[in-house]
Amino acid sequence: MQKTESVSLEEALDREPIYVAPTKLRETIRSLRHHRSAMVGFTLLVILTAVAILAPVLSKYDPTKPLIGIEDVKKRAPPCIHALGCPADQPEHYFGTDGNVRDEFTRVLHGARLSLIIGFTTVTFAIIVGTLLGLMAGFSGGWVDNGIMRVMDVLLAFPSLLLAIAIVTVLGPGLINALLAIGIVSIPVYARVVRASVLVVKEMDFVAASRAMGASKFHLMLRRILPNSLTPIIVAGTLGVATAILDAAALSFLGLGAQPPTPEWGLMVGQEYKNIFNAPHLTFFPGLALMLTVLAFNLLGDGLRDALDPRLSHIRT
Amino acid sequence: MIQYILRRVLSSLPVLLGILFFTFALARLLPGDPCRAVLGERATDQVCDAFIKRYGLDQSIPVQFSIYLKDVLSGDLGNSLRQARPATEILIERLPVTIELAFLAMLFATLVGVPLGIISAYWHNSGVDVSTMIGANIGVSTPVFVLGLLLEYTFAVLLKDTFLWLPPSGRLSSGVELPFLAETWQLENLTGFSARLLEFLSRLYIFNSLVTANWKALGDVIRHMLLPAIAVGTIPLAIVARMTRSSLLDVLGLDYIRTAHAKGLEKRAVVLRHGLRNALLPVITIIGLSLGGLLSGAVLTETVFNLPGVGRTLFEAITARDYTVVQAFTLVIAVVFLSVNLIVDVMYAFLDPRIRLS
Repeated sequence: MQKTESVSLEEALDREPIYVAPTKLRETIRSLRHHRSAMVGFTLLVILTAVAILAPVLSKYDPTKPLIGIEDVKKRAPPCIHALGCPADQPEHYFGTDGNVRDEFTRVLHGARLSLIIGFTTVTFAIIVGTLLGLMAGFSGGWVDNGIMRVMDVLLAFPSLLLAIAIVTVLGPGLINALLAIGIVSIPVYARVVRASVLVVKEMDFVAASRAMGASKFHLMLRRILPNSLTPIIVAGTLGVATAILDAAALSFLGLGAQPPTPEWGLMVGQEYKNIFNAPHLTFFPGLALMLTVLAFNLLGDGLRDALDPRLSHIRT
Repeated sequence: MIQYILRRVLSSLPVLLGILFFTFALARLLPGDPCRAVLGERATDQVCDAFIKRYGLDQSIPVQFSIYLKDVLSGDLGNSLRQARPATEILIERLPVTIELAFLAMLFATLVGVPLGIISAYWHNSGVDVSTMIGANIGVSTPVFVLGLLLEYTFAVLLKDTFLWLPPSGRLSSGVELPFLAETWQLENLTGFSARLLEFLSRLYIFNSLVTANWKALGDVIRHMLLPAIAVGTIPLAIVARMTRSSLLDVLGLDYIRTAHAKGLEKRAVVLRHGLRNALLPVITIIGLSLGGLLSGAVLTETVFNLPGVGRTLFEAITARDYTVVQAFTLVIAVVFLSVNLIVDVMYAFLDPRIRLS
């Protein structure tokens, strides 16, 4: 008799998820829509995603193939737009051409794909590992907690880009290794955020109730505590995408990330920065694209934070 | 207070040990045979055996780690594999550039960021506030290297032949002389630590030109450092401005501020004298914590502006596979970063008694 009762209670708890009830989601969306900068960020992000998907349609050129023998155009030619007075007999290149006579506009468009993939994959990796570590640390306490968090402290003791550089040195240069390095470097942020909210949530009555009803450790961690720690992860994750994109671009700029001829914005600037005096467009356009992408995630992250939980204002800095 | 400082220092010791272990592991994890990395591909097995024995590489990992610890504690960071001289010597040469860059960048971030934050909070929701915050958002989103390059192009190319022209690279113009302090003060016969210290101070060009009253050099050094400092300082500037604004707005909503208003004090006095003092506490923390980003930014800025600092040296050492230099510089940067965090914490506790008593 006793047992059936406890199961039905348990089921009732399951049927009614504690986190992100539909009203909460609707509320969040509503307050996001009133948040001006979040809407700017969201719009930018929609445009970027569209550009990333439609890149091959928006430009007829190949992002990696030089135009030598295909068109009569010089290397590092400045932008040529017919509507803005560029002679009609010259081929039109909105952002000019790069040092290998490739259409810079096409490369910038295709770079959007890479940057979005970089941002999402590294942050997803860091969130998964960081969340597991934070859950374990916060839930277990004692030496497990101490051990995990001290390792996180050591990782945080290095400036993030320098740590990423050190890891890439060990793994060898390349886009995948750079992503792994940035992922590893970002783990402590999520581990800390998750641990902090686990410590609060695990003392709450509903967790004690669930435990009293005989829920297993895994059930408690994954079904009770984790869903209630999601808000700070979502906020930190959105802002984390911005940082990941910046760091990946910096590694590529230094030659440790994406390798030529990949159309990666950081690499594009890195390959041409010595020509800044005669071909500033090759720094300006990829740089602008980077700035807008990072800005989009920063604005959206700030907005999400305000909408989901204003108490999280510390995450930003 | 002393008890708090002691507790804080003790709690950072495990992290320090972790950092040491990390840099130790870094050198061991690097791909390739250490002997051939140092002596070249053509080193014979016999030579390599001797090398391995000499550096204790045949010992167990704990023994190797204790040797490394002993060396580091006695100030020996190893010899550069490429330049055949102690890594500390290279550090003395390169560290001053980065210190100067970081100092100027922080100065720029604080002197511009704090007033911008105050103005934004004072005229909350006004046009000034909105545009400052848009600027701050753009500031934190612009990659350091892109900003550096665009500043370089603007000030060295577009503004050429105007009084705003600034040099795009290097530390001193050719023709401007800034002799070492040992030479100026005729202390060339100094040796050991004091000679090293004097060399270090001489390479802090701003300090050197200030103490020797060499105004021409001082102006030239500052003109060279302006663009790099702005490039590195922009992200901290944006963060400081946002933090000052939000912290001041929080404080201005408190009861004692209402009391101050009710007493009939002017708005300016309330904000600047009563509000600002309490609002600046978190700003101090942020300024200290920005140092990490600043050091990361230094790697990129020093590359863009061709400055021989710690960041660029570290990067060059990585590409040249000069592992001892990589190890030494990573260690020094992490220790500096850790110490600054410690100082910030202590300062914070000093300013806010609630922290040291909790």
